[in-house]
Formats: sequence, C-alpha cells, structure tokens
Amino acid sequence: MILRSGFWAMGGYARFVWPSIGFALAILAWNVWSARRHHARALVRVRRAIQMARSEES
Amino acid sequence: MWKWFHRLASPPHLYRTAAAFAPWFAFAAALLIGYGLVDGLVFAPPDYQQGDAFRIIYVHAPSAWLSLFGYTTMAVAGAIALIWRIKVGYAVAAAAAPVGASFTLSALVTGSLWGRPMWGTYWAWDPRLTSELILLFLYFGVISLRKAFEDPNRGDRASALLGIVGFVNVPIVHFSVYWWNSLHQGGTVMRLGKPEMPGSMLWPLLAMLAGFMCFFGAVLCVRVRGEILSRERQSTWVREVVSA
Amino acid sequence: MTPRRKRLWVVLGILAGVSASVALAVVAGRQDISFYYVPTQVALGKEPRDKDFRIGGLVMKGSVQRKPGDMTVHFVLTDYAHQVPVQYTGVLPDLFREGQGIIAHGQLGPNGVFIADEVLAKHDSKYMPPEIAASLKKNGANAAAAAPMPKG
Repeated sequence: MILRSGFWAMGGYARFVWPSIGFALAILAWNVWSARRHHARALVRVRRAIQMARSEES
Repeated sequence: MWKWFHRLASPPHLYRTAAAFAPWFAFAAALLIGYGLVDGLVFAPPDYQQGDAFRIIYVHAPSAWLSLFGYTTMAVAGAIALIWRIKVGYAVAAAAAPVGASFTLSALVTGSLWGRPMWGTYWAWDPRLTSELILLFLYFGVISLRKAFEDPNRGDRASALLGIVGFVNVPIVHFSVYWWNSLHQGGTVMRLGKPEMPGSMLWPLLAMLAGFMCFFGAVLCVRVRGEILSRERQSTWVREVVSA
Repeated sequence: MTPRRKRLWVVLGILAGVSASVALAVVAGRQDISFYYVPTQVALGKEPRDKDFRIGGLVMKGSVQRKPGDMTVHFVLTDYAHQVPVQYTGVLPDLFREGQGIIAHGQLGPNGVFIADEVLAKHDSKYMPPEIAASLKKNGANAAAAAPMPKG
C-alpha cells in the first residue's frame, strides 16, 4: 500500500473525517439509486397507461 | 440560440438529449471524484492549523455548492416554465428538487462533523448555518407543495412559485459570512483573485467540485427522463419509445 | 402587453417584493442576526444588557494564563482597537491558541471581565501545509495571525 502511515487515524480526527466522507458517499449512492428507481417507475406507469389504452380499444 | 432553446423545450428532444448526455456526465463524475478523493485524502498535506480534519472540505464544499446550484436550477427552470409556459421546465424543476435537497443535507451533516472538532460545537445558530437549514426546509416545501394538489398542473405552478420566491435565500446563504459576524469562515475558492490554498490542496478540491457538478448533471438527466415519461405517458411518442 | 410578458412581470414583481421585505428585515435586525459582538462594540456599550451574548475577537498574544491543576483560563480578546478580558472554565476547542479568532458566550461581569460558559474557535479561509506555514513564519510573514475579525 502507498498509504502514508496513520492514514486511517487522520491525525486523531478519524471519528469526524470518516463519517463525513461516508455520509457524503452515501448521499451520492442514494442519488444514483433513487434516480434509477424514479426512471424505472416512470416506465412502469407508461406501460400501465399503454395497457389500459389497449384494453379500452378491445 | 433561441432555436436551440426552443428545440430543447420539446419533450421528446429533451428526453433524447438527456439520454445522450447522462453517460458522459457519469463518466466524468466518476473520474473526477475518484481522483479528488484519492488526492485529497491521501496525498494532500494536512492543514497547518486544522490538521487532517480540514479534509472534510473535500466533501463539504462540493455538497454545499450543489445545494445552492440545485436550488438555482430548480428556481430558474420553474420561472421559465411559469413565464413562457414551457412545460418541460416543470419536469426539470421537479427533477432537481430531491437532488438538491440531498446535497443540502450532506452539507449540513459534513459541516457539523467538521464543526465539532474545529469550532467546538456540532451546531450553532449562526447566519450561515441557519440560512442553509432554511434552504433545506425550502426544498422540502417545494417538494411537498407539488404533491399537495390533486391537479398536477396546479401543483407544478404552486411549487415553481414557492421555488422562485424562496430564491431570495440563495444569496443570503452565500453572502451571510460577509454580511454578518459569523462563526463560519469566508469562501476559499470562490473569491476574486487568488484562492487561499496551495495547489496541492486546491487541485483535488476543484476536481471534487467539478465532479459533483457532473454527478448532478448525470442524475438530473436520468430524473428528467423519468419525469418526462410519466408526464407525457398519454402521448404517442412516449408509447412508441417505450413499446419499441 | 402579451400574457407572457404579464406573467414575467408578475413573477419578477413578487420576487422583488419578497427580496425588498427580506432586505428590510435583515437591515433592521442586523445585529440580532450576527453571531457575536466585537470588543469595540462592548467598549461603546452596544452589547445587550442583562442577557448572555457572544463576543468574538483574536486571542491576544501572551495573554493566556493558566494555573496548573486548574481548568480555569484567563485571556484577552482583541479586535486591534479594544480589548476585553475573558475568564473561562472548561475544555477549549483544538484550534484555541494565541492569535486565533475565537467566540466566547457568557456575560460581562461588573469588573469588566467577561465570564464565558462556552468558547468556540473560528477558523479562517486560509489553508496551507505546516511546512509552508513554518517557513512563512521564519521569513517574518505573520502566517499564524488569523484573518482579522469583521468590524461588526
């Protein structure tokens, strides 16, 4: 590892630095997950609308 | 320019444009954030006063920046939609709101984790901190107002209006540290002239700022696509796109 | 006037109205929004009476006094124009040091000493590696001096 010694200790500030990095990364991950779910749900709504239109036609 | 703008205002065109841009934004975001995190956390030197605690800046400043950028995007899109009756503006505003709100939360949490060891407190009713908290509540207001109406068009209009009125808070957040005596320090990067940081610390910070911007772009593209699909689900072009 | 232009003016009007009222509220309550008072304001008697307030300034060089085995610390806060002596008992933040901007919460005693129950450190917007700070200091530039506190 090229990590400098004491990397994880963050000069004694580990319990503040790592949770804040972790929280920010979790927010990034939530955004990816929720944007994809949002898009997938929209697709489901469109498909349902198509089906309803078809069943009305027949 | 106007022609380009008008073309973008057409839902199918924006839907396709967003699809084309999303992967590039995502790619750039991954590259920049990856570099910024490694260089900022591993290679950048510790600060002479704050030691390694200053590294929180690498996630705090970009989050705070996006909290304001997201709000501005939302308010401008809402204004365009209200004034020129360009409906995709509402889709963009609706897409930007939850993203901006999430980064406001991130700015508040990471800032509080920075404040505890450096200032000596997690929270203070300081002008900068308070106005950022108000920003979060404004986001919540805009999001819930949209859902509060039976008629989605009225919800769109009401939340766009609240977004525009609430925009007065954006300059307050930004300038609060200069207008009042504040616990929070002034800006480091966004100032006229030289940033008060050497390159070894500044480059990863700039990369993180650009990376978060690209990330916002990618997420916004995906969300705008979703918004357009649900909003236009009765139109033939959407049905052709989806059943194809 | 086209309806579109009318909507533009309505939106701009609302925004202008809200901005103006916010601006008025801000100017009227300028001091209440500020997080702290500076020593000059205290010297002019502009601090709130009969209630706790915050006072911010730089810790004067050479003014920090501690007795061994005692948690109480005495120091002087300055804004380069006026000074206020402060007495505080408790844990100080990591950034507390001479020349550093700090904010103390408490009340002014009858003898002019500010009795603090909380001390917060204010860090400035300058960042640099320790080696550079050391060499700046060696070369006479005052690297450790925090950004002067705003005038208030």
